[in-house]
Amino acid sequence: MTTSTPPVTDVTGPYTSPPPTFLERIFDRWAVKLAILIIVLIWIVPTLGVLISSFRPASLVNLNGWWTVFTDWGSNEWTFENYSTVLSSEGFGNAFLNSLSVSIPATVIPITIAAFAAYAFAWMDFPGRQWIFVVVVGLLVIPLQMSLIPLLKLYVSVDLVGTFPAVWLAHTGFGLPLAIYLLRNYIGSLPSSMMESARIDGATHFEIFTKLVVPLSVPVLASFAIFQFLWVWNDLLVALVFLGGESSVRVVTLALNDLNGSRGQAWHLLTAGAFITMALPLFVFLTLQRYFVRGLTAGSVKG
Amino acid sequence: MATDTELKVEPDLPPQPPDEPSGLSTQALRLGVSLVVPVLAGLGLYYAGTILLNEDSNRAVVVVMALLVGVLGVFGLYYGMDWVINQLPERFRSKVRPFAFVGPAIVILGIFLLYPTIVTIQLSFQDRAGEGFVGFDNYVRLFTDSSTLIAVRNSIAWVIIVPAFAVGIGLIFAVLSDRLGRKTEALSKSFIFMPMAISFVGASIVWKFVYNFRPEGFGEQIGLLNGIWTALGNDPVAWLLQEPWNNFYLMVILIWLQTGFAMVILSAAIKSVPEDIIEAARIDGANEYKVFTRVVLPSIASSLVVVLTTVIITVWKVFDIVFVMTSGEFGTSVVAERMVTEFFTFRDSGLGAALAVVLLVAIIPLMILNVRRFQEQEATR
Repeated sequence: MTTSTPPVTDVTGPYTSPPPTFLERIFDRWAVKLAILIIVLIWIVPTLGVLISSFRPASLVNLNGWWTVFTDWGSNEWTFENYSTVLSSEGFGNAFLNSLSVSIPATVIPITIAAFAAYAFAWMDFPGRQWIFVVVVGLLVIPLQMSLIPLLKLYVSVDLVGTFPAVWLAHTGFGLPLAIYLLRNYIGSLPSSMMESARIDGATHFEIFTKLVVPLSVPVLASFAIFQFLWVWNDLLVALVFLGGESSVRVVTLALNDLNGSRGQAWHLLTAGAFITMALPLFVFLTLQRYFVRGLTAGSVKG
Repeated sequence: MATDTELKVEPDLPPQPPDEPSGLSTQALRLGVSLVVPVLAGLGLYYAGTILLNEDSNRAVVVVMALLVGVLGVFGLYYGMDWVINQLPERFRSKVRPFAFVGPAIVILGIFLLYPTIVTIQLSFQDRAGEGFVGFDNYVRLFTDSSTLIAVRNSIAWVIIVPAFAVGIGLIFAVLSDRLGRKTEALSKSFIFMPMAISFVGASIVWKFVYNFRPEGFGEQIGLLNGIWTALGNDPVAWLLQEPWNNFYLMVILIWLQTGFAMVILSAAIKSVPEDIIEAARIDGANEYKVFTRVVLPSIASSLVVVLTTVIITVWKVFDIVFVMTSGEFGTSVVAERMVTEFFTFRDSGLGAALAVVLLVAIIPLMILNVRRFQEQEATR
């Protein structure tokens, strides 16, 4: 790799090395593959251990390491019992539905509100348009920790603590700056000639917004939706503070944390619980990977 | 006084000349429409919420209702408001309508970010009950008291070590995987990236299992790390109790989570380096190492900065991992976790607020940098 060979004419990719010797080529190819393989293994083995353990009976999980299923395949047994226990008696079934009830509105509400605001910032004229938008972007820096204490006091005074709307609204507030910022950038870049001709045809702002802007903004809406959904689904802090651990509202991350607190050594249950928590995000990741990546990239400016 | 009688058939798209000082009624209407959606939405959500809570028996109904409220409710409010505005006298419409669109967002941001930020800053100068003014006492305590000082020390260590490893491994992986075939590359990248989808709590459980420890004589080791460690002939170790190394074991979790993010962004940046520049460097006799350090690295510098700042911000605010793994005990607390503990466990809103302010102050410059970069990126898109 470190030889300085004469110029090459047949370069197919940015990283094709200058023609190396035969030995170098073998080394190069295998060294790269080996390095990649080692990193990938380090990355997936912890999760693999959890997956395997969640399907092993409690007695075996506590008897020996999960890797023994590879060395001693015959003596291992498989079971779904951990999952049924965790889903019913440990309350993960309810928690899963609670998480859905939290995450879906906490995704859709900020997107709706942000989309209207972004349209107004981009295509409507009103006093203070510029500086209000600057303030909104400025709010990106505020970590949600800044809001916890006053917001909890506010919620206590209006008796909202422990209800779904409390977290919907909190997540809406925390997600709005990023949502408005991203959507404003995108919606503002739509061609103005298109807007003008729509207006000449007599379309109102509301019609332009619903029939033109929203359909055209699907990619950015999807990216933000995935980002926000996963963010809310995976959140522990906001749920812990504003929703609490009542079984009627408890979300999966909190359920897993509780299980860890109450039965921290029941690894057959903890592993199954962990997998239930991860199932939906992983599904979203595998099916919507492209939007997912874009959303995370855009999410680099979330406070 | 609505003296502005010139009939505008809805606002024009090209920016209008600045508004003349508008009438009181216009202002009142603007304020009104700004508030209608949030207030109605708040009330609606509140009642929906209480119904949802009573509906214990059928969870599916709850989910469907939540979906309906979330998806249709808020949009319906905007729709209703637009209808109301259309009933207004012509001359008001164009002046009021933007506030129906933008107002709800502003009101919510005011309630959920702006107002709390001001109160938190104020609380940080007050005593633990949030009553008397104590000047900079909380900040002095924060930087002198040993328990908070440990948190600050640990957070600084996190902010240096985690981004270094996450971005370092991410960069190495991006460069190496670029040399693989397309399918292998995509597959191997997915594996590294997958932890990004997992919650910090889930990841903590995954790694707690890896670090699991059983004292000798209490059965075989079932944690992977002790399994390997004892197989090498050592005595089992309670990894999470080994100060100060336990901090590093916790950091590994976040490195594991964030490397994929760094890798994906850097990989995209590397692929966008123009081939002819690289070829030109090769023709000039540069070897692969030189091509990387002199050509590729400078070209991806801006992405590198974005990735670093983003990871630093995430690391700086880390709460869940420490909370789940050790509850901040055994010398592992960090600022964001300490903030929650001080406020919720020790009921000290003064110190809790001061810790939150410290979080904010450290983030501001990084975030400004990030937003600037993002703006540039968007401009050249």
